[in-house]
Amino acid sequence: MLYLELFLVYFQIGLFAFGGGYAAMPLIQNLVVEGKGWLSMAEYADLTTIAEMTPGPIAVNSATFVGQKMAGLPGAIVCTLGCILPSLIIVLTLAYFYTKYRSLKTVKVVLGELRPAVVAMIAGAGLTILLLALFGTSTLSQINSVRWIELLLFTGCLFLLRKFKTNPIMIIFGTAVAGTLMYMVF
Amino acid sequence: MEKQKISLVKLFFSMMTISAFTFGGGFVIIGMMRKKFCDELHWVTDDEVLDMTAIAQSAPGALAVNSAVIFGYRIAGVKGSLLSTLATVIPPIVIISVICMIYDAFSTNVIVQTALQVMRAGVAAIIVDVVIDLASNVIKTKDILNICLMAAAFIATWYFKVSSIVIILLFIALGLALSFTKKGKEA
Repeated sequence: MLYLELFLVYFQIGLFAFGGGYAAMPLIQNLVVEGKGWLSMAEYADLTTIAEMTPGPIAVNSATFVGQKMAGLPGAIVCTLGCILPSLIIVLTLAYFYTKYRSLKTVKVVLGELRPAVVAMIAGAGLTILLLALFGTSTLSQINSVRWIELLLFTGCLFLLRKFKTNPIMIIFGTAVAGTLMYMVF
Repeated sequence: MEKQKISLVKLFFSMMTISAFTFGGGFVIIGMMRKKFCDELHWVTDDEVLDMTAIAQSAPGALAVNSAVIFGYRIAGVKGSLLSTLATVIPPIVIISVICMIYDAFSTNVIVQTALQVMRAGVAAIIVDVVIDLASNVIKTKDILNICLMAAAFIATWYFKVSSIVIILLFIALGLALSFTKKGKEA
């Protein structure tokens, strides 16, 4: 039964993709391309491109991509459900324990030590995106020229966010429109 | 500032908007959720955002989905959790289904390519804005140990590419060790 197979494969991807995003890619290649033959290598490459060009997590995007191809919209929904079910079960359990025990002394100290680490991880992701935006690469040794339009947009957006608390959705939209126009003019 | 009344409808549509427009991966979603649910609506505190991020990152699965599950739960229980998860996956299902149909035109279009490239500047500004707020909160505590640990974790994650699971486990071990010392007795 195809639906069940789709569900089970994506359940495994949801269950074993630790570390988010790109951690899911080898699993998808292994299970979907090599294991089941649901995608060809060329389609897998297309999937990677689409995942990079669209919002949404790679695993969830790939669930719709594979599900659509194999069984249309119902297939997409079945794959997506399979993919998020492990998250729902595991994170809800953790959330329950967090709510129940977070005022315990030991838990408080551990959470207090974890917070700076989480800030650091968000900052790390931020720096990678910033370098990619301004220099087209996030590897320091490969940086050779600044993209001036992006630098201008970044500075302007940061000013709007800090000073006027502009809505982030407007920022994303605004940079897309303003930047594309600037590239067309210059 | 006053905590706004919790509304399931608002939770659903906020999550859906964030999911539909957030390019750039899990941590950008966290930044957007913090802006919406902490800065704007005051439904969760800053510390809770960081705790929930650590928990979401420790579980398997996409960070965006995991954080939707836990933010939803914290805001409105199991019902809130299911609703915000649903809201998070609807946009990818719709967007990918549409793009599958127009893939060739979409992936070779110069305007689309340029827009996606310049959009990163805006995404970078949003996450830098959030990081400034979060890091200054840690620095304001004047807790030298935590400030040093934040710097160490930053170098580990960004420069040495240590995986977040390893960092989280190390910091949990450190926290457990600390809870038996002076700091633990103060807490």
